[in-house]
Amino acid sequence: MSMTAAVGDAHADPHHIGLVVEHPGPAPKRIVTAYGFWVFLLSDIVMFSCFFAAYAVLVSQTAGGPKGSEIFEQRNVAIETVCLLLSSFTCGMASIAADVRNRFWFYLGMAVTCVLGLIFLAIEFREFADLVARGYGPSRSAFLTAFFSLVGCHGLHVSAGVLWLLTMMAQVFAKGFRADVLRRMMCFALFWHALDIIWVGVFSVVYLLGGGS
Amino acid sequence: MSDQAHIGHDLAPGDEEQHDVGTRILGYVVGLVLALLLTATSFFIAGTDLVWQPSIPVALIVLAIAQMGVHLVFFLHITTGPDNTNNVLALAFGLLVVFLVVGGTVWIMAHLNANMPPMDQIMPKPM
Repeated sequence: MSMTAAVGDAHADPHHIGLVVEHPGPAPKRIVTAYGFWVFLLSDIVMFSCFFAAYAVLVSQTAGGPKGSEIFEQRNVAIETVCLLLSSFTCGMASIAADVRNRFWFYLGMAVTCVLGLIFLAIEFREFADLVARGYGPSRSAFLTAFFSLVGCHGLHVSAGVLWLLTMMAQVFAKGFRADVLRRMMCFALFWHALDIIWVGVFSVVYLLGGGS
Repeated sequence: MSDQAHIGHDLAPGDEEQHDVGTRILGYVVGLVLALLLTATSFFIAGTDLVWQPSIPVALIVLAIAQMGVHLVFFLHITTGPDNTNNVLALAFGLLVVFLVVGGTVWIMAHLNANMPPMDQIMPKPM
């Protein structure tokens, strides 16, 4: 009898946190949704790792074209990085405001996040347009192909993130802080923070490592 | 959030243990300051000649990994707590695949380059 009780306890308390719930049932929807999105984000990061690997292999294949150190502007990259870091912070403020259902701080945090994301995109777009105008487009060399696909893929993700951000503001405006809207907001915050993590890899590997040598 | 996080369940990724608003804001502030410091150090090291030059790539990679850790802890709220086991395990598997892909690619391609004879010895010259 005591044996079966112990076995039952072990199943009910798999992580040994001292709380035994006899029939806990499925996890709440918020956890299921966020966990599924977390797995998607990790698969997205795996996809980015393929672009990183391609860049690392092709970084020296310049085919007589420019090297990284000749086309990267450290100052622009620093501004882009600060924009994304601050936007991650304001996105966190917006998610706290959503949790305490404060509309004013939610709109303010999301609006600042949106502006910072747009500044980032504008700087990146100008950099790309400038490179293409000088004849250093993605078809110039294998290095430039890898550069444009890696950095461009991150830029596309940020663009999608900005659209999602505006959608979230509209949904909170139209529907209020409903449980499903809050779940979407949580997924958006995860997405935005994950993009920031990928950008850390981009500016370190592409711009600083590639720009130095 | 407090009405949705049930005792005895795991924490959703991105969710924190129950804190008041001030503590949560403080967490983001600490994360932002740490991230800005690490970023500034990266940009400083990349452009300086004050340190031994061959150490710079390693330093940049270490700083990048440290900053990713700061983001994971302070922004994504991934902890080592028992209610976070699932999130950490998923992350660990993701990292395993990332290291296999990046490390394996760089390793194999570097050796291919080194072991390959020059192109004109493989391909016969046209008559």
